[in-house]
Formats: sequence, C-alpha cells, structure tokens
Amino acid sequence: MADIAAPSSIAAMGDSRSSLHKLMQRKSTVAFLMALPLILLITILVAYPAGYAVYLATLNKGMTRFVGFGNFEFLFGRDTFWLVVYQSCLFAITAVIFKALIGFVVAHFVHNIPSKGQRKWRGMLLVPWVIPPAMSTLAWLWLFDPSYSAINYLLQPLGIDRIPWTGEAGWARFSVILVNVWIGSPFFMIMYLAALKSVPEQLYEAAAIDGATWWQRIWYVTLPMMRNIIAITALFSLIVTFANFDIVRVLTAGGPLNSTHIFGTWAFRVGIEGGDIPLGASVSLFMVPILAVAAAFILRDITKRGSEV
Amino acid sequence: MANVAIEAAAARPAYGSMSKDRRWALRWSYFFLVLFAIFFLMPPIYMLITSLKTSQEISAAGNPWWIYNPTLANYIELLTQNHYLTFFRNSAIVSVCVVAITMLISVIAAFALARMKFWGSATLATGVFLTYLIPETLLFIPLFKMFAWVNETFDIQLMNHWWTLIILYPSLTVPFATWIMIGYFASIPKELDEAALIDGATWMQTLTKIFIPVALPGIIAATIFTFTVSWAQFLYPLAFTTSTTELVLPVGIITTLIKGDVFNWGQIMTGALLGAAPPLIIYAFLMDYYIAGLTAGATKG
Repeated sequence: MADIAAPSSIAAMGDSRSSLHKLMQRKSTVAFLMALPLILLITILVAYPAGYAVYLATLNKGMTRFVGFGNFEFLFGRDTFWLVVYQSCLFAITAVIFKALIGFVVAHFVHNIPSKGQRKWRGMLLVPWVIPPAMSTLAWLWLFDPSYSAINYLLQPLGIDRIPWTGEAGWARFSVILVNVWIGSPFFMIMYLAALKSVPEQLYEAAAIDGATWWQRIWYVTLPMMRNIIAITALFSLIVTFANFDIVRVLTAGGPLNSTHIFGTWAFRVGIEGGDIPLGASVSLFMVPILAVAAAFILRDITKRGSEV
Repeated sequence: MANVAIEAAAARPAYGSMSKDRRWALRWSYFFLVLFAIFFLMPPIYMLITSLKTSQEISAAGNPWWIYNPTLANYIELLTQNHYLTFFRNSAIVSVCVVAITMLISVIAAFALARMKFWGSATLATGVFLTYLIPETLLFIPLFKMFAWVNETFDIQLMNHWWTLIILYPSLTVPFATWIMIGYFASIPKELDEAALIDGATWMQTLTKIFIPVALPGIIAATIFTFTVSWAQFLYPLAFTTSTTELVLPVGIITTLIKGDVFNWGQIMTGALLGAAPPLIIYAFLMDYYIAGLTAGATKG
C-alpha cells in the first residue's frame, strides 16, 4: 500500500504550485457563486430600496420634480412631525428600559428556582414572544375595549375608575408601551438567563465569603459579567422597537389625534394611505441616524469579540 | 489541620442561615414568577375565553373572565367560512416556500462565507449582519414604488398577489438565517472538512455530508425562526395586498373581521388564536431549538 501511495504523492508534489493555485482560484469562484443568490437578494431587496428611499425623499409629491430638501423643510414646519419624533423616542427608550428591567428581574427569579422546574417556567414566560405580534395586539385591543374592558373589570374592585386605555393621549401612549414591553421582555429574559448561567458560581461564593449583600452581588458580580450581553440586547431591541409597526398600527393606528404615531406608522399613513410617497420616504429616513448609531455600537462589539476569539 | 477545623465550625451556622435565606428567596421567586406568568399569559388566555363565548354573552354585562355558556360556534363559523381558510392557506404556502428558499440560499451562502473565503467575503459577512438590522419600515415605501416600476417596464403586476410575499420575505429572513449559520459553521472544527477534502470529497459533498448533519441544530433553529417571521409579518402584506383572496392571516383577520366600527370580538379572537397556533405548536415541541436560535443571533460572532 505504501509503495503505491508514495509515487503518486511525489508526482502531486511536482506540480503542486500550479494546481494549488488553480484550485484556490476555482475555490473562490465556486464560493462566490454559492454566495451569489444572497448577494443578489440583499442588493435588490434591501440595499437598492434603502438607497432609492433617499432619492425618493428628494422628489415632489407627483414624483416629477427634484425638490432637494423640500420634503424635510415641509416636515420641520409641521407640528405632527415633531409629535412623531417625540413619541418615537419616548416609545422606544421607555419600552427598552422597561423590557430590560423586567427581563433582568424575571431572569433572576427563573435562575433562582431549582433547575428542574426552570425549563417549564421559561417555556411559559416566552409565550408572548412566540405569538405573532399583530394577533396578540388584537387581544390587548380587546382587553382595552372602551366599553367591555376586561382589565377595567379587574381594576374596579380596587377602586380604580374606568381607564380610557386607547382613548386618551396619555393613556394611549402608556398602552402601546405596555404592549411592547409585554411582547419584548421575554426576549430579554431569555438572553439574560443565558448570560446568568455563564457567570461562574465561584465568583458568587467568593462574594458571599467576603460578606457581600445580595445587592452588592448583583452590582459587583452579575452586572459586570453581563455587561456585554445587556448592551447588545438593549441595542438590538432599540432598533426593533424604534422601527416598530405592528403594535401601534393595530392598537391605536396612531390615534387619538396622532399622539401615538411613530415613524413607521406615520410613514405608512403619509406614504401609502395618503399617497405622498416621497414624504413617506422622508419620514422613514428619520429612523436612519438612530439605527446607524445603534448598529455601529453592535458591530464594534461583535468585531471586538471576534478578534478576541 | 487546626485551620480546617475552625473553618468547618464557623461554616456550619453560616450554612444554616444561608439555607434559610435560600428558602425565602425561593418562595419570593415563585411568588413573583406566578405574578409575571399571569401578566404574560393573560392576553392568550383571554383570547381563548372570548373565543368560546357567544356574541350575546360577550356584550352582556357579566364577568368577562368567566364563560357561562361555552360554545364552539365561533370556530365552526370561522372554519366553514371561505375567507379564513383562504388566509390560512395563503399564509401556509407563503411560509413554507419562504422557509425552503431561505434555507437553500442561507445554508449555501453561509458555508461559502464561513469556510471558502473569497475576495470580500469578510465584508460580505458584516454586510449580511447589517442588512439584518435594516427594518422593513424603512423599505416598504421604496419597494412600493419599485413594484410600480416593474409593472410599467415588464408588465408584471407584483402588487396585490400573495406570491409577491414569497419574493419579499426572504429579504427579512435570509440575513438572519445566514448569520446564525455562519456562527454554527464556524464552530465546526476545521479538521473535519480538511479530512473530507483529503479523502477527495467535493465542496458540495463536504457541505451535504458533513456540515449540514453536524450543524443540524442550527439549521432547525434557523428554520423555526424563518417560519415564525414569515408567519407573523404584518407590514408587507398590509402594504402590498388588498383583495380578500390575496391576504395572509394577520392582515386578513384585521381587515375582514373588523367591519367599519363593528368588532365581532368572538370571531376576531378565534381567528387570532388559530392564527397564533402554528408558531405556538412548533414552539411547544421544539422549544430548545427555538431558544438556541434566539440566543445564537446576538451572542455568536
């Protein structure tokens, strides 16, 4: 066997330079072809539309004339636009903070109980994340119904008068955030639970020996160990929440009096329903700065970790 | 030796108090978990309660959390109604096709990006991740205009057809699925595919005989994710389809069961619950894969 193998390997060594070169060349060509559908898909359905949105934003309503920053100037002069900016920021920031807080707290509770029961609880608490948002928001809409609100029914014995959940600007803002927190916090819970499990038990033992209180343990051990995952989850969620559509659309459709519109829903109202495509494109472009900043941070974190490994 | 004895003596009372602490921590944990579980499960449970009521009972003044006369009338009416079954069929076909297309594109591309480096492959991998971060709320307006252009130029009407969604959804699912698969493929030891290549396997054989079987958990996770996303997608069908025969479930329920200001809540809740059933059933059976996929998206890198 060895005799037969040896000559062929020597022969292969002889022209290895050119054939290896050829192989490499072929390999990269094959690899490029394998990635081609992905490249085409991203180019045609994501990259091109994103660039096209910028172009569209510079046209007039009939899309016949170049107006430069005309659409943006028009938006800056409208009160509704500033209302949307305010509500988008309020909605995204408040919702992310509460999602992170609830996720963190619930993850701790799940982590505390014996590991045998954890799977069951985790499974139950992730249900809001699994139901399609448009459908669970319908359930909330029904829970918030002005005349048959089942939540108001429960609050009545506590002496709380009928709450106009989606009828008044303040309450409607609260409601869309509440539903968003309800849908999103299970995701944080799962991420934090995974992070909690990766904190070495010895650190807590060391802290306990040093006489640390539970608060000190969280502040000096858990939080520093989870810093990365907390940051990246919050940034991810900030992007998704900022660009939200389903919840606001189904729950309030932007009302009452545009007080709950965020960029996505208002762009839909103006661009598709109002027929002013350039103006809608301009509205949606206002999401870009915040998305870009969040994406830059996430990317930095990922490349940093990539180089560490 | 003396040190050990002292430590042991000191440790005993400490352990006692710690276990007492632990018991209380456990009780509080359960207490709050029950509270949170009530909060998290309230809407789906209320969906179920409402779906079993008659419309008379829904508009009656009684306790909304109790079913006095349970009935399956809503389910029967909905499932014998053509509209709802059409929505369900559209959703099912779209989701299954999108899953197939997504997995085909993303597994092959992820293999090329993770193993067969080529010029610009690292940049492309980053680009894939960035694309995942671009939300559909930014893209639907230019896509709307692009569809009109396609109609004018090629005389192909993309608007108001459910199959358009099969073309559109992969732009939402492929970047993430590729990203997960790159992570899974990168974690497979290099020796494995080198051994296969030395044995004379082609790249395709390496992919189908080694990478796909080894990374199967990742593939299942990506498949579940893709299915869930395409089943739940709301904005694209709302913007691009209008006729009742072309709608998918989330939009269909909202546009056909709500007639003006009349909300037929019994049927809406039934429709929403049945619409939420496929992802929930998949989740119930494949929870571990689901969670693995969820955490892989942000932690793999």
